[in-house]
Amino acid sequence: MALNRKIAYIDLGTGEVRIETIPAEWREKFLGGRGLDAYLLYTHAPEGCDPLGPDNVALISAGLLVGTLASASARTHIMAKSPLTNLLGSANMGGFFGPEMRWAGFDHLVIRGRAEHPVYLYIQNGEIEIRHAGYLWGAGVYDTQTLVRRELGDDEAQVLCIGPAGENLVRFATVMTGRKNAAGRTGMGAVLGSKNLKAVVCRGTMDLEIKHPKEALEYNKRIIDQVISTKVSQIMQRWGTSFIYGATNTTGLVRTRNFQYNQLRDSEDIECENLDKHTFGMDGCFGCQVHCRHRYVIKQGPFAGTYAQGPEYTSQGAFGTEVGCSSMNTILTGNHLVNDYGLDTLEIGSMIGWAMELYEKGILTDKETDGLKLEWGNDEAVLEMVRRIAFREGLGNVLAEGPLRAAEKFGPESLSYLIHVKGMSGLHSDERATPSLALNIAVASRGSDHLRGRPAIDLYNLPMKVLDKIYRNPDGYEGPLTNNYSEYEGKPRMVLWQEHNFMAVDCLGVCKYHTIFLSPNHPTFGEFEKMIYLNTGLEFSAMDLWNIADRCCTIERLFNLREGMTRKDDWLPDRYFDEPTKLGLPGVKGKCIDREKFTAMIDEYYRLRKWDKQGVPMKKMLKRLEIEDLWQR
Amino acid sequence: MHTGVSNPARARIHVIKWEDQGFYLPMSCRQCEDAACMTVCPKEAIYRDKAIERVMIDDDRCIGCKMCVSACPFGAMGFDDRSGRVFKCDLCGGAPQCVRFCDMGAVDYVETTRFQYQRMREAGENLSELMRKHTGHTA
Repeated sequence: MALNRKIAYIDLGTGEVRIETIPAEWREKFLGGRGLDAYLLYTHAPEGCDPLGPDNVALISAGLLVGTLASASARTHIMAKSPLTNLLGSANMGGFFGPEMRWAGFDHLVIRGRAEHPVYLYIQNGEIEIRHAGYLWGAGVYDTQTLVRRELGDDEAQVLCIGPAGENLVRFATVMTGRKNAAGRTGMGAVLGSKNLKAVVCRGTMDLEIKHPKEALEYNKRIIDQVISTKVSQIMQRWGTSFIYGATNTTGLVRTRNFQYNQLRDSEDIECENLDKHTFGMDGCFGCQVHCRHRYVIKQGPFAGTYAQGPEYTSQGAFGTEVGCSSMNTILTGNHLVNDYGLDTLEIGSMIGWAMELYEKGILTDKETDGLKLEWGNDEAVLEMVRRIAFREGLGNVLAEGPLRAAEKFGPESLSYLIHVKGMSGLHSDERATPSLALNIAVASRGSDHLRGRPAIDLYNLPMKVLDKIYRNPDGYEGPLTNNYSEYEGKPRMVLWQEHNFMAVDCLGVCKYHTIFLSPNHPTFGEFEKMIYLNTGLEFSAMDLWNIADRCCTIERLFNLREGMTRKDDWLPDRYFDEPTKLGLPGVKGKCIDREKFTAMIDEYYRLRKWDKQGVPMKKMLKRLEIEDLWQR
Repeated sequence: MHTGVSNPARARIHVIKWEDQGFYLPMSCRQCEDAACMTVCPKEAIYRDKAIERVMIDDDRCIGCKMCVSACPFGAMGFDDRSGRVFKCDLCGGAPQCVRFCDMGAVDYVETTRFQYQRMREAGENLSELMRKHTGHTA
């Protein structure tokens, strides 16, 4: 039964493995997945610990509904203190690993310590073995999975692993499964690398009981039909997230040449329609009918003939607009490299774009780049930098330390060109014309993030009654909402609502493209309530789920505050306020964020969250959420 | 569907994957006319249900010897270690759920007498362009 899955506490230093039941109380308070991981991180990672040290805990979890009859219930969550930001590290990936971990009997792994030599965990039907991974060390993500399956004689085993970037402690290394499923942001791969943990391999044949199987099956069909009937899903089924590029580039919402422009002209080659020349079909994750990524073979260059999956919209930014390149081949190659090395595509694109601007301004010269011409549009240089970062060569070794530590080396002037929040590089979108998206990245718990609170539907200028139906429920919010993406008013509520929505979905282990993210017509709290009941028997109302999400978001906040974050970290680089956009459609050109109005949005966001003026959750709020014992100051 | 649990070890259909090539093949019971499992069963526990053309197992007769598991050339016969009996695809009584849920149409349930023509037409598409030119059909 879904509720009888276990939690394992593993110490890689001593080799001790302790398996326990997950207390029912934890399910009631935190559900599972990312929410429960937040509580475990807070209570198990010592304050101020070194993220790459043995005391940091790596949490790996499958959400509450993973592997059940909930559509797209595929997702695995990784959490630890981040070596990139020294704050909350959290990342999510799809594929098939999560369900396998559940069939093997486990929902949560809490891994501390450090193995003396490279190891991997082998989890089979309730048992966990620590095995030698020396022969895997150095292998790319693709090969690691092939090699370990060969060693175990089992092609059905699912593998979570790091690539050379994680082994080399690149501070934004990823944890991967399959060909391209990346727990991408905040450097979780480096945490595993620091523990000498190369992989976690699962193979399970234990029953995962569905509480009301016939009803769950029928309800799942309804959810599937609802999701794939939306326009957004149909486009995703055909093109993947790369479809987002066309409209956003035309509008002027993509970071270009680091942050100099907000649109890339003459970039037809990287539009999604060109993927038809490269793709041989779509692919997807466990239990999902949206199958939103391409399978393709690289056609040109040194990696011609390589099979890879993707690319996501993020790669059109990382290997396209941010570095001034407009070649689909570069995007397809870059995407493959970051997947095989195990690197965050968002961080890499932003870091290389930043380095290019520094090179343009003379802050970095041929001396630092060892003669590599980091010029806008230099495809070879971009791909070579990816390799140098993964293997910490030359300038790559500095960039591998992440933006803030690299800025320390490059000097204070470099900071004025850097786009980051809380030490995590900005993503590929340019939020200067969209206050709600700007607020989202400033206050997100893991730094500059778009997957934990982005009110993407704000871009659609939907009718007010659609917004009312979504954003006023389930708690009956009565304050302002506006449906113009240029406005500041009402946006704090939208960001808060999305944060709760995404937290809930991350606790369940369901994919965000199955909820209100890109489409306003997808499942949310009301549907989660039914999915949970039919699959597990647990009874939560929509309001209960809202409160659980609130609790878990608050714990993430407490963790950050404990590790030294303050209100000033909920902010954006000066360029957002001082440099108006140069290109784009009339509503977007010449825009920047207004400091006063932005400050007012942050104030309003704190007020709605019941945090004080410094962004610290207030005592009575913590009491209401029953977590006052976590914050004794 | 059959057991009320999520567990690939109890599934009647599997997808075989060549992950390093991005090729996937769903595999399930072929409901053979001259089934190897039927031939090899020492207890005559496997029989053909002509009503919907499927090969079925009589759980009361099955002794769990697993000869049929060995004999099936498609690997379609499963063994349930809890019940001690073998299990296989039974077409969900005539409305296969796998077909219902596969949005891509990678698995389908069609009349065998029609299937040949469907495949032949698909193959004919490739030839038809050449043949049209050759025979002067330019419409």
